[in-house]
Amino acid sequence: MGPGTLSQVLREITHLNQDPRLLIGLETTDDAAVYQLDDQQALIQTLDFFTPVVDDPYLFGQIAAANALSDVYAMGGTPLLALNIACFPTCLPVEMLGAILKGGADKVREAGALIAGGHTVEDEEPKYGLAVTGLVHPDRVISNAGARVGDLLILTKPLGTGIILTAAKAGLAQQDAVARIEESMATLNREAAQAMLAVGVSACTDITGFGFLGHLHELAAASGVMVEVAAEGIPLFPAATELAQMGLVPGGAYRNREYLAGKVAFAPEIGEELQDVLFDPQTSGGLLISVPQGKEGKLLAELARRGVSEARLVGRVVAGSPGRIKVVPQL
Amino acid sequence: MERLVDARGLACPQPVINTKRALEEGGAGTVITLVDNPIARDNVLKLARSLGCRAEVEEREDGFAIRIEREGAEIASSPADDKKKTVDAGTEVLVLIPTDLFGQGAEELGQVLMRMFLYTLTELKERPAGIILINGGVKLAAQGAETVPFLEALAAAGVEILVCGTCLDYYGLKERLAVGTVSNMYTIAEKLLQAQRVITIP
Repeated sequence: MGPGTLSQVLREITHLNQDPRLLIGLETTDDAAVYQLDDQQALIQTLDFFTPVVDDPYLFGQIAAANALSDVYAMGGTPLLALNIACFPTCLPVEMLGAILKGGADKVREAGALIAGGHTVEDEEPKYGLAVTGLVHPDRVISNAGARVGDLLILTKPLGTGIILTAAKAGLAQQDAVARIEESMATLNREAAQAMLAVGVSACTDITGFGFLGHLHELAAASGVMVEVAAEGIPLFPAATELAQMGLVPGGAYRNREYLAGKVAFAPEIGEELQDVLFDPQTSGGLLISVPQGKEGKLLAELARRGVSEARLVGRVVAGSPGRIKVVPQL
Repeated sequence: MERLVDARGLACPQPVINTKRALEEGGAGTVITLVDNPIARDNVLKLARSLGCRAEVEEREDGFAIRIEREGAEIASSPADDKKKTVDAGTEVLVLIPTDLFGQGAEELGQVLMRMFLYTLTELKERPAGIILINGGVKLAAQGAETVPFLEALAAAGVEILVCGTCLDYYGLKERLAVGTVSNMYTIAEKLLQAQRVITIP
């Protein structure tokens, strides 16, 4: 669902959360809910599921799990338990569902967490995902509301999965481009999260359906700051801009663009195809981290050391109208 | 010539695929694509621009009509082009070769039979419109293969030779392609669906 429609629907229930133990709820459009248990521990809870993005059921399971686990990592937490949620039609071989669940279970194990159960219903189209419970120290929650003026912004995975998946559906994507995004989508954000915990950062969110600019806007709005994005630094999957130029832009990218109208200003040098990639909804995208100035080099080095080799500096936090984004060629 | 692509009710990226197909097949002329939502409209406009075509949008009651002008360049003029056109028009026979061995049994015999088959095609009066080489079949078009001269002769006679690019990559033969055009599954699947008859070599 697009960000505009969603926030409208959620308005109905947001005011119901008055408990002080709910450290993070619906109000700040964060990645997961955080609930304080005691002085030392807070629970992180999140749920994510979607329709298949790739044909291979095992790979789909891995991607869905990496995507669901990502919300816990984005809050600075450690995943503990996961519950499967699956929809599956009777007309498809049940082995396929088995392969999806196996992919998910393997990814959850890789994250060091356990699958504790789940629920499956019959549906026309397969869907899979997980509800994940994680743990974090209440003082060390990394929300999307902590970005400060002067911070630098780092993105840990390239952009363009939505466009390349659309092109793949049309049979117009190069096989190596598809292989690249498949590998990236199935990669946990764990190493990126550990790097940011080691260095100490101000704010973090993960990039998924609302696209790079959508999630960046949420972070900037929740933090009460404005941001400048440097186009030259943005990591892109190969062929993403070319495929966008051909019109292989998913509907979600248009919805994100529409929602962000008036909130994002592009310098004249920023072409439409790059704009499309910046609005492109991502599946299991990277972490977007706001890091205090002076620590950015240390964070990039720590990311590289942990194998997060495509992380790049993509912008900075400036004073200005909260939530506004300016995209310029370079800083 | 004006061609109509009715992409109303179709989900993304189908309107782009259908418009692209119509533009590629029709040569010069106009393609009018009907869509029922602004996302499809914008994506089709992007496609038109990326192909260097002029495009205009007319808003209608049930959506949008996008008029795309394709100029010159692709009008068939040579006999080879005529031949290509007949493949597109779906009036001819295609030979799909997914192996470098003809039939199952002794490997050596399979090689000999494949050579003989391709040689015989060069001698026959009735030729296929196209030959599609996929999987092990791509080896037949690689430098050093004894079948290359026959494929070259067929290509010279107007038979379109399409070679699967993914398969060339897989076998590490991309740099060694001696004859034919590198193609992709989109084109191959499209040709197979449009052909009047497809003969698959076992």
